Amino acid sequence: MRNIVAFPLLLLAVILQSSIVSQVKLLAGYADLPLLLLGAWTLQNRVRSAWHWAALGSVMIAYVSAMPWPVVVIGYFAVVYVAQSLRQRVWQAPLLAMFSVAFIGTLVFHFLSFAVLRILGTPFEVADVVGLITLPGLLLNMLFSIPVYAFMRELSRWVYPAEEYE
Amino acid sequence: MNSRSLQTTIVFLVIGGILALALGGFFGSASRQFSSVLIELQTWISSRYLGIQDFITAPRDIVSLRARNDELESQVSQLQAQVIELQQRVSETEILAALVDFSRSNPESTYKAAAVIGRDPSPFLHYIIINRGSNDDIRRGMPVVTNQGLVGRVDSVIADAARVQLITDPASSINVYLQNAETDAVLLGSVTGDVSLDMISQDVSIEPGDLMLTSGLGGGYPSDLIIGQVVTMRNLEFELFQQATVQPAVDFTRLQIVLVITNFRPVDITPLVP
Repeated sequence: MRNIVAFPLLLLAVILQSSIVSQVKLLAGYADLPLLLLGAWTLQNRVRSAWHWAALGSVMIAYVSAMPWPVVVIGYFAVVYVAQSLRQRVWQAPLLAMFSVAFIGTLVFHFLSFAVLRILGTPFEVADVVGLITLPGLLLNMLFSIPVYAFMRELSRWVYPAEEYE
Repeated sequence: MNSRSLQTTIVFLVIGGILALALGGFFGSASRQFSSVLIELQTWISSRYLGIQDFITAPRDIVSLRARNDELESQVSQLQAQVIELQQRVSETEILAALVDFSRSNPESTYKAAAVIGRDPSPFLHYIIINRGSNDDIRRGMPVVTNQGLVGRVDSVIADAARVQLITDPASSINVYLQNAETDAVLLGSVTGDVSLDMISQDVSIEPGDLMLTSGLGGGYPSDLIIGQVVTMRNLEFELFQQATVQPAVDFTRLQIVLVITNFRPVDITPLVP
């Protein structure tokens, strides 16, 4: 039942991503709010439902975006996998883990997007994509990762109270 | 006359005499000193009274002033919200008026107005989402325009919304016609949102400012929709074709309301492609 909070939250994140975040551009890149939410949620110690969140987020984004759905699904599941791996290894420095998730997740997602769209015939130049989309997107994701992590930490405490966890 | 009434008469006469002397100016210096003392006394009493009155009534005034201030501030915020709303309405009305003018000047097409409600979440793609869908007879492939020119075409449709591929999308390619040069070319999008012309024959002379329209070739778009103007050319002798950068007529960062051309059906030429 606790996972019900994922529906409104991810829905809100997708709406914000489509209506506001996608207009806050740095060169041609912008932040990926659902990616950051998923990464930050997975990094919380008490959370056991990250894969469900990734599935739900993938469905929502794939529904809205023209991006081929396998890219979205693989990308978000990769973010959760990276975050889970880092949670076990970098558990003493959560912000460092969050930065790492934002960094690696963005790179993975952009690489997948680039590769699949290129295979499908979209004429991308690597230099353009890296310089105009990926690097600005990385910077914005790193900037947004701090408030998103703080918000998701509070949310995880509310969803999974300490006494129940212990 | 008894003694009591005599005393009263004498007193009245004395007082009347003194008053007559005073009014006649015979007590000038004495009356001035007396009146100045009176005035000072009056002033002192009055100022003390006002001080005490302020002291007693001030807290009540502050409370009432604060309440009034809150009331006025809420009124100001309401009015500011109204001003913003009205400004938005004016802006929308201006856009709609321009779109109506455009539709009247192009009566051969039928249009359906739609508001832009979102953009694609991925920075790799240049799509917008509009608030009209299959319930409003919007179909895949329909061209989308504004009064300024071509915006793109409908890529996918659900009941109450549709996704539109902009002409700036990297995967977009449109057959265009250069009006002055009287030649065809292909318009390509890019990741930056810039558009460029390719496949211009080397024999053709094009100039900055040349207007380009959709040619209608390929059946994807109707002909004669304005796209933009040539800005710069690139002509290298060892290349097969000339290229040019283009200034689109539409400002894609400020898209709010668009028109979908609903009486155009794209032609699927896939079976004809060898």
